Amino acid sequence: MNQFQNFTKGFIKDNPVFILLLGLCPALGVTSSAFNGLGMGLATTFVLICSNTVVALVKKQIPDKVRIPSFIVVIASFVTIVELSMQAYVPALFDSLGLFIPLIVVNCLVLGRAEGFASKQNLLSSVIDGAGMGLGFTFALTLLGAVREILGNGSIFGWKFVEGDAILVFILSPGAFIAMGYLIPLINKMRKTA
Amino acid sequence: MEYFVIIISAIFVSNIVLAQFLGICPFMGVSGKVSTSVGMSGAVLFVMTIATIVTWLIQTYILIPFGITFLQTIFFILVIASLVQMVELMLKKISPPLYQALGIFLPLITTNCAVLGVAIQAHSKNFNLMESVVWAVANAAGFALAMVLFAGLREHMDLMNLPKGMRGVPAALVVAGILAMAFLGFSGLV
Repeated sequence: MNQFQNFTKGFIKDNPVFILLLGLCPALGVTSSAFNGLGMGLATTFVLICSNTVVALVKKQIPDKVRIPSFIVVIASFVTIVELSMQAYVPALFDSLGLFIPLIVVNCLVLGRAEGFASKQNLLSSVIDGAGMGLGFTFALTLLGAVREILGNGSIFGWKFVEGDAILVFILSPGAFIAMGYLIPLINKMRKTA
Repeated sequence: MEYFVIIISAIFVSNIVLAQFLGICPFMGVSGKVSTSVGMSGAVLFVMTIATIVTWLIQTYILIPFGITFLQTIFFILVIASLVQMVELMLKKISPPLYQALGIFLPLITTNCAVLGVAIQAHSKNFNLMESVVWAVANAAGFALAMVLFAGLREHMDLMNLPKGMRGVPAALVVAGILAMAFLGFSGLV
């Protein structure tokens, strides 16, 4: 597999949310608008690239028995960095994402890539894998957020094109499950024809 | 009265799975059968309560006095991960039947965001120790309620003739959405 495929696999072929079903909690929890989805996706991407880099660099020094706790500490450190920087520079986004920022640490996607990819591959592949998977995650969250925002509020990225109310339930919690339930078969279909 | 409000709001109004989207992985993963979902709920109740007590004590007596609250995420996840291991070892020794029943579910709980989420929320809502315990137990009960209801629905869904693309997870998500809609009816209760 060349590096280009390594990068692009996260978007459709092995999309972390729609195909691998990893990280469903933030995918459903924060996507009440496209902007929130984008913010959450980029925060996760940052953590994913950094943790993949560090894990690929130190993988030889970590004894096999304690590798999972060590990976968790690496991930938790980067999550703390993201948490503090977001609180300082984008407080509005930080407030709307709330609890889900510290919960990046238990996102199975991040630990899954550290354990399943970065601990076995070289540095360059790991960084590219982190970026590709992270941007695939961002794409999924932004898409889900956009669908929910269009249906639920008649707007996209805050730009309102429908007067008055739309189908409010898509902004609320049931809409997350339902929109996700219909997007998964659609992406699967695209993956087969692509 | 205060405890009553905490219990009702955690179980029904802002149900941990259906309204707050925490613990979706086990909710989707092990809800195939009612019996396994009961086992998972039991393990979550156990770990969530202990984890909330321990993290509350750490937050109050270590992190705040030393002014290192920014290390909260790292401390909490390490505590939960080691706690799960310890609980597993202790159960194996003390109560083999309970270990048999919960055994396979315990390691899965480390990556269950519901446990970390509840521990962090107990701190951010400024609960005292007793309120935190009630909060954790009520949330675990809410998790169990959603889980068992959903498993019951999924057992029936296996017999349905669905379009090929919707089988499995997509149909389960749509059903979860309808279940969440039912739980919306509780909003405004407290």
